[in-house]
Amino acid sequence: MLSMMSSSRKSGAAFLVGLLLTMQGFFVVTFLVANAPLEKTMGAVQKIFYFHVPCAWLLMLSTFACAGGSLAYLFRGSERGDRLALSSAELGVLFGLCVMVTGPLWARAAWGVFWTWDVRLTSSLLLWLMLIAYGLARRYGGEGGRRLAAALALFAAADVPLVYLSVNVWRGLHPNTKTVSSLAPGMRWPFFLSLAIFSALWGVLLVLRMRVERTQARLVELAITVEDAEGRSP
Amino acid sequence: MAAPSWACQAARIAWKDLHIEGRSREVVTTMGFMAALVVLVFSFAFISGQEVTVGPDVVAGILWVAVLFSGTVALSRTFDRERESEAIRSLLLSPAPRSAIYAGKLAATALIMFLVELLLTPLLAALFSAAITPHALWLGLLLLLGTIGFSSVGVLFSAALLRARSRDALLGALLFPIVIPVLLAASRATATLLDPTASDLEPALFWTRFLAALDVVFVVVGLWSFEPVVMGE
Repeated sequence: MLSMMSSSRKSGAAFLVGLLLTMQGFFVVTFLVANAPLEKTMGAVQKIFYFHVPCAWLLMLSTFACAGGSLAYLFRGSERGDRLALSSAELGVLFGLCVMVTGPLWARAAWGVFWTWDVRLTSSLLLWLMLIAYGLARRYGGEGGRRLAAALALFAAADVPLVYLSVNVWRGLHPNTKTVSSLAPGMRWPFFLSLAIFSALWGVLLVLRMRVERTQARLVELAITVEDAEGRSP
Repeated sequence: MAAPSWACQAARIAWKDLHIEGRSREVVTTMGFMAALVVLVFSFAFISGQEVTVGPDVVAGILWVAVLFSGTVALSRTFDRERESEAIRSLLLSPAPRSAIYAGKLAATALIMFLVELLLTPLLAALFSAAITPHALWLGLLLLLGTIGFSSVGVLFSAALLRARSRDALLGALLFPIVIPVLLAASRATATLLDPTASDLEPALFWTRFLAALDVVFVVVGLWSFEPVVMGE
């Protein structure tokens, strides 16, 4: 019991440090992004890139974290896996929303349209839709909803490479994977730091969300125990 | 007496479903009617005046959208039967492996859907004067592959949704995001086959192969996860 408490205290302290570093990081990144060199043709519009790309990466990460957690839940009955899956799916929907808002804003300025059926746009949209479907299955799926959602996450993860490949062929090849490595040195630092800080924010939110779920499960357990005890003593 | 083999058990479950369907013809009629309606709705929406020619892209799209929507109807009806008098419980209590139950259900659903599609495609060809005869067999293969891909996910989801209150509304919402690659591959390949001016059938070949690979992935994930998904029933 004592060791459990000290370990939870230790993890609590580590979490607090992480939280403070993340908050600190957002100040630094804002400063760095503001001072990063302006892109030649797009100017200030390009700065949305520091925000948009990390969100897209976290959307991807959320999908795989959700599938990993679902795998553990479905085949090993891990409640922790289930909490991980739910929390990361919700975060994926959140960061996906950021992608879907910032992407068209940039596209409007750079390409003159809000939306094109580009490979990245389309596959991100599909990933996002799958995570929303996961949430729908969890909320309205009834008794089997949790297991159904887990299966959906597995199909979604299996779908990722297929979606990417099919959309790629569907729309013709748009090779733009080299954008990051071709960044100007002045832009590289703010970009990678922004990526790290956004990932840290994702981690902090994930831990918090999983804790809420765990507390909720404990509360339900406690309520059942109390009810049982009351039922037994007249 | 030795227990029947896995394939034999799967075939018996499929046979049971086909037998019920053969007597009531409920799914074939409701799904067929629904599919025909979808096609007609598209005709009214797209065609105006004397001009009745729409491109092969549009015809392929209409065909697959009709398959998707009517397939959802077929899926929810096949599983509603299992809910009546708790038939699903007896099915799951039988000593047959869960994966065999999945395979049997998948085979029966895909066959019923395929049958409806075989009736639907000539209707489409007549309404939009699409050239389906030059590559009829290939088109049939595409329909079969697309249907297997769609129902491999659909059977699993409908089984898990059996006890949900809003299952009919949910099924489409959960199923469509996952099966978009199936729709994409199938409609692209169909469009190439329906295009009489297409000199190069390479895209159709690519998409057919892609669809086959997709089916393998989806069926494997389905077989593998069916047991834990329906465990609590």
